[in-house]
Order: sequence, then C-alpha cells, then structure tokens
Amino acid sequence: MSDLLEINPNGLYCPAGDFYIDPWRQVSHAVITHAHADHARPGSERYLCASSGKHVLRTRMGNNATIDTVKYGEHFSIHGVDVSLHPAGHLLGSSQVRVSHRGVTWVVTGDYKLQHDSTCECFESIPCDVFVTESTFGLPVYRWPAPATVANEINTWWRANADAGRTSVLLSYALGKAQRVASLLDPSIGPIFGHGAVMKLVEAYRASGVRLPPIDRIPPRSRKIGGGRGIVIAPPSAAATNWINRFGETSIAMVSGWMLLRGVRRRRGFPKGFILSDHVDYPDLMQAVKASGAQRVLVTHGFTDIVARLLTEKGLRAEILPTRFVGEERPDDSAVDEDLEDGPQR
Amino acid sequence: MQHFSDLYWRLDSTTSTNQKVAALKDYFGSVPAQDAACALSVLCGAKQVRAVSTRLLREWAAEAAELPLWLVEESYAHVGDLAETLALILPEQLTNISGTTADHSSLSLSHFMQETVIDLKGKPDIYKRHVVEETWRRLKPRERIVWHKLVTGGCRVGVSRTLVARALAELSDLEPTTLAERMMAATIETAEDFQSLISAQPTSVDGLRPFPFFLASPISGEVHELGSVTEWQAEWKWDGMRAQIVRRSAGISIWSRGEERMNDAFPEIVDAAESLPNGTVLDGELLASLPNNLLPFSMLSRRASRKRVGKKILTEIPSVFVAYDLLEVHGKDIRSEPLAFRRNELLTIVPSAFQRRPAPAGGAVKPKHSDKNINNRLFHSPLVPGGTWDELGCARQNARQRGVEGLMLKRTTSSYAHGRQRGDWWKWKVEPLEIDAVLHYAQAGHGRRAGLHTDYTLGVWDGDQLVTIAKAYSGLTDEELIEIDKIIRSTTIERHGPVRIVKPTLVFQLAFENVSKSTRHKSGIAVRFPRIARWRRDKSPHEAATLSDLKALLAQTTGEQTA
Repeated sequence: MSDLLEINPNGLYCPAGDFYIDPWRQVSHAVITHAHADHARPGSERYLCASSGKHVLRTRMGNNATIDTVKYGEHFSIHGVDVSLHPAGHLLGSSQVRVSHRGVTWVVTGDYKLQHDSTCECFESIPCDVFVTESTFGLPVYRWPAPATVANEINTWWRANADAGRTSVLLSYALGKAQRVASLLDPSIGPIFGHGAVMKLVEAYRASGVRLPPIDRIPPRSRKIGGGRGIVIAPPSAAATNWINRFGETSIAMVSGWMLLRGVRRRRGFPKGFILSDHVDYPDLMQAVKASGAQRVLVTHGFTDIVARLLTEKGLRAEILPTRFVGEERPDDSAVDEDLEDGPQR
Repeated sequence: MQHFSDLYWRLDSTTSTNQKVAALKDYFGSVPAQDAACALSVLCGAKQVRAVSTRLLREWAAEAAELPLWLVEESYAHVGDLAETLALILPEQLTNISGTTADHSSLSLSHFMQETVIDLKGKPDIYKRHVVEETWRRLKPRERIVWHKLVTGGCRVGVSRTLVARALAELSDLEPTTLAERMMAATIETAEDFQSLISAQPTSVDGLRPFPFFLASPISGEVHELGSVTEWQAEWKWDGMRAQIVRRSAGISIWSRGEERMNDAFPEIVDAAESLPNGTVLDGELLASLPNNLLPFSMLSRRASRKRVGKKILTEIPSVFVAYDLLEVHGKDIRSEPLAFRRNELLTIVPSAFQRRPAPAGGAVKPKHSDKNINNRLFHSPLVPGGTWDELGCARQNARQRGVEGLMLKRTTSSYAHGRQRGDWWKWKVEPLEIDAVLHYAQAGHGRRAGLHTDYTLGVWDGDQLVTIAKAYSGLTDEELIEIDKIIRSTTIERHGPVRIVKPTLVFQLAFENVSKSTRHKSGIAVRFPRIARWRRDKSPHEAATLSDLKALLAQTTGEQTA
C-alpha cells in the first residue's frame, strides 16, 4: 500500500486527496504551513492556509493569488481525505497539517517551536501515526535560553546603548522573528523603528490583530534617530549595505539561534548575538516527537541523518524526508536571503 | 575561577587591542598575585598539564548528559570546539550526589587549578571522574568551557605576549620591553615570581634572560626599491629553528623564539657554548647537520620537542648553531650598535663560517661515531656575495639546492630592534613549488571555521588511486570556503565520524617550500609548509599531478630519490 503522503518532483504530495503541502513548484492545490519563502512559493492556482495567516501570506503572494482559509482545528475533506490545520507556533498563522485517511493519520509540522511567543498561536501536540518534523537545530548542543531571559538581555543592551547615545540595530528576519523581537522590547527605553521590509509585515500582523509596541518607519535622511536612544529592527541583509551607516554611531546585534555557537558569532563578525529562534531546539524536538505518539517519524530540513539515527536507536521507525535543495543546513547563509528566518539555506 | 573566566570571555569578545589591554589590566590589577601568576602562565602559552584526556572527558559528559557517545562526536564535528560542545550538552543543573553546596564565587584560580587540574595528574580515572563531576556542579556553563580547556591542557587565549607585557607595564609603570624580557626569562609560578616580575628592582632572572627577538618581514615590493645594494648584507635564510644562546656567569641557556628553554633538546650545543666568553648572547639558527651534510628540517623537528635526547638521536641527527648576530659581548648590550659593527664582533667570537649543503644524490653519509668536536658546533652564517641585486637574485634561485629558504636582507646600519618592525630586516624567500592536487578527504574546521569543512587532505594520482601528499588549511577566502563546503557536502561518498571521503572533483593549486623523502607518508614524500595557492575551477581532477611528477620534483630540487 502506498503512503498517504509522498515526495514527487513537485514536492510533498497526497495522492488520495490530490493536493500538495508546501510544494516546490507551481501546482493546482497547495496547502501552506507558513509564509516563509522556502515553504510558500508563488504561482500555484489555489492556496490554503490558516485564517490568521491570511494577511501575511497575501503580503508575500500578491493580490492576484487565490487564498482560501480555514480555522485552526476545523476539519474539512479534500476528495475524501480528512484535513485540518493546527498551530505550529513558528510565526503568525503557521500550521501543522493533519491528514487522515482510511484510519492512518499524518502530521506535517512545517517549521515549529514549543516556546512561548505572544505574536502567534502556541504549538498544539496532535496525536498521529506518522510525524513529519524539521531538524534545523537537531543537535543536543542546541538548547534555547528562556525567551524572557533573552528579552531581558536585549533590553539591557539597548538601554546601555541609549545611555551612551548609540543607536541600537537588531538584525532579525523580516517575517516572524522581527515581530516577535518587537514584542519583547521595552518601549520605555526609546523609540522603535523598522526597516521597510519589516514594516510591511508589521502592518500585516497588526491587521491580523496582533498587539505590538509602537514601531515607526525610518524617517528619510535621518541620523541619530530618536536622538540616539532609538532601536532599529532590520533584516540581516541590511547589515552588509551602506544603509546601516546612516545612523551614525551604532551597536549591532544579530538575533538568531545560530548565535549560540562562539565560532558562528566570530565568523559572522557580529559583535553581539542574542539567542532566539522560532525553531524547536533539541529537547523540544524530542518532546514533540514523543508527544505525537507516532511510531514512524520522517525527518527533514537540518540534521536529518543524525536525528533519524537517534530516533531509530530509540525504537522508532525514522527516515529522512528529502528536501528539494542539495546539501545541508549551515549557519552561514542567513545574511543572503532575508526570507529564510534563522538562516539555513534549504 | 570566575574572574579568569570573565577575562577569557572579555578577551574573546573583542578584536580591539586597547580593549584587550584594558581587560588584562582590570584582571591583573584586581586578583591576588598567586592567581595572577597562574593566569599569566596560561596566557603566555606555557606548557599545560593534560590532567584528563579528551576521550575520557567526552565519555563522562555523554553519560552525564544521557546521550550516546556518537551524538556527542557529531555535535563536536558541528561545533568545532570540544570544550564548548561539552559545556553545551551538559545539564545546567547537575544533581548533587554528595550534598555539598556549590560555591564557585570564592574559588581562587590558583587553588582551583591545583584542586581540579594539577592534582589529577597521575590519579586513577575513578578519582578524576569524581573531581570532574564535582567541578561541573560548581561551575556555570561558560565557566565550564574555560575549565574544560584548562583540564585538557588546551587553553589558548587570543592575546599575544606583547599585549600582556603592555598591560603589565601600564600597571607597574615599567617599560614594556623590560617586562617582555623578564617574562621571557623567568618561569612565573608563584606569587613571589609575579611580584618580582612587576617589581621596580632588578631581578635575579636578569642573569640568563635573552633579548626579545627581532623578526624579519617578507619583502613585499621589488627588491630594487630597497635602494643601493651596498647598504645591505645578504645571508642565506636557513630552514631551522630560530634561537638565542645566552652565555653568562649564571650559566648557559638556549632559548627558542617561543621563549622556551631548549637546553635539554640540544645538549651538544650547550657543551659547545661553554667555549664562548662570559657575557655573550648570540642570535641564530639551530640546524640538523652531519659533519658533511645539512639535514632537512623534518629531521630537526624530530628532536626539538624532546625532553631528553638519546645517543641514537645525537649520532643520527647532530645539531649545529649558525649565528648571524651578536647582541651582547663581554656583558655589554650592543643591540643599538649598527649591524656592521656587531657582525665584525661576531666574527671574532665565532670565526668559522657554515658552508654545508644537503647531500647530493645517493643520500647523506652517516658518521660511524658521534661528532665530539665542539668546534664543529658553532658557526657564523656567511654572507652571500653580490655586487648587484641581479646577482643576489641569481643566488636566491639556487637556494633550494642549498637546502635554504632563500635570502635574508639586512641593512648594515640597522640596530637590533624588538618584534616585527618593518624596514631593516627582510626575508626574500625563493618562490614556492607548486603542483595541482585533488581533494579526497575533508573535515570540519575549528574555531572561526567551525561547522565548515575547511581541513583538506589532498592527493595526487598514483595510477587511478589518489595518494595523500598534504593536509592544507589556509589560502582560500571565506566565500570560497563556503562554496567549497557546499560542494563537499554534496559530493560526500562516505562519512567516518567527522571525516568525509569525497568524490574527486575539486582541484587546488598547492604551494609548498620543499619536498623531501618521508617514511611516514604512504606516498613516500613529504612537502614542507603546504598551503593552497588557489582553487583551480578550470581543471578537472584527472589533470592534476601524479606521484611521478612529485618524485621528479624531488630529484630535481635535492638530488634525492625515493625507492
């Protein structure tokens, strides 16, 4: 008997329901886990996403795309296949896709995290037979500090810069991470500004009803914005351009899970790094697998061979689910494409 | 321990020398002398004790973290730093079996080092393990990283001795050079050692202390730009180990450039130095040489690290000292005198010139008994004659056949400066040899290159097989490293832990200083100082060099032949 979901040249496909999840190419029906560029590609005939992710996906796909939405937890049928979306906790409107047919249930997590994040819905564990998980940070060295601790570190750093009259610049991915970081800032320290790429999505978040502190667009030809007390949220790609020089004296910090490693901090040349990721760390990955109750796990995106081996040793049937892109995750490409939050090139 | 760990991380987080000096000043100005002495020896790269092997440490950490060992190894391959990997996998709070309360703030570095590093040496594993687990409980994660480096004897900190000397000089109101000299001569282990290091009074270590080495820079432009050839003296650039011989009433000491005393490794040179007049300091090169033939550097390095050299080594790899400068004569420091003056004085003290060359084809002639004549130990480096730059250029072309690396050019009016000051001493090395080699194994790098496959094992063709000829790390840009890493990952055939065997697709132009026979490598050939000159994207692997190409190169440059 063939699997409920399988890989074909277009991506992850459900033959019984004739639809794709996060397809790599243009197809007729695409169920989208979240709006990051490596999961949501333009050109398909119809998209389906969680209703809270509609504004964000629209910003990415443009006005001509056909986007259907469904509420979290609402069951519907595609050619007799039972499908529902459940929060993945990755960013606003990010979903796990539950697919059930003839008594077999699969859950495709997309990207996910178990940590608290006030800008999106919390991850829900869905029981299943086959669990498809990412493994971006699937090594035991990756254990995230508590978000409140990181928030405290960021605000302390910002306050020290503000007191010294230096503008703070936080580099983080435009979609998801930037809004999450903004929600952690203490607006009593100074004004918050967003790079244009960040602002488009801040507006989409606000339109979806997410509460964020006041964030302003950067005034043209401004130096020392906010009198040197300001903080700017910008995508990492902006760090390599002249754009950053306009603020006079700055202190720059990168916000990423990769900042956990000393070698990466040094190689990327960021004087300061804050460890905050929208992906599961190793303990949470193990916990999510266990909570799913699945006996079969497909591992994708990241340290696939290592996580698959480990789960096999734990007595599960674990396999690698191939991704479209050759090669493996590396902490070095993040500055290249601002859309790839947390850096790995896929 | 906490202070030292804080210093480590402060030094690690900045590339600014001023900030590093400030961090060092804060540390040395605030800790007890006993701790300062302890920290100083670590910062200056003194030989450290490997109290616990890295193998045991990773096994114990794997158990404490409840992880299989292979997963710890995979993590290490990704992180590129074992101390950091283990600190990252260990549970933050370890259960405290013995019930003692964790107290790390009051631990002084010296007590801590004694208890958790030095006392472990030679103890049974079960005892070591107890101390290791106890210490994990006492330390915060980032302190654990520093301690892991200390307990495995691999703590290297990104500061130079010069910076440490500068910080201590600012603290003590002494001249940086005075501190640099004292630090070089003295072993600093106790609080008293440290106090006398920064004391205004002259200290007893002044007796055998060497002078800071003057270092040459590679010549950057055209040699003609140095002006008239008559203002310069040319010498061969010997391929040995830089050293100073200090002969004073306090005794004799041979100092390496790394400021280690090498008396034990070169006893015959110590004997020969007895004949020098009291109050003499020579700067020169240690070389391995039979009475007739100069031996390659690889032979010299075999004995350099030894604590004791036996009869066999003394007979098979005898050493000589070739002096090229005189820094002190009859107890007088003459470093500020012009080179021409110092050289005249040198010739009166060490009259014989060193003229030996490598053995011609057929191999070196081995002496039947050891060479006892101490007059055959100390030489001066002869000048290379040349009335024009072109003549010197011709002489340089012959460097490889003479077993030297090229020429040294020194301004005859120059004084003996301190450190690497450009302008008066230049090294004019012979162009490197080059061949195209193929990548066949790759391993993830460390430190700044962690997580990227940047350690390359390169081979040449022997029939349809690749045989390893060199490992090379340097010479590529960061962008190239990232691109090559991607290719390595997508062309991996097999993985053995951190090592990947790749399909031969990548060709590199490998530069090296010399070739010699080697029994250690399967290819029978060793190359000296290999590095990557460039990535040959234009070449396919089958266009790379063969083992017979390399053998031909060996025959051509040294007259040697492999079996």
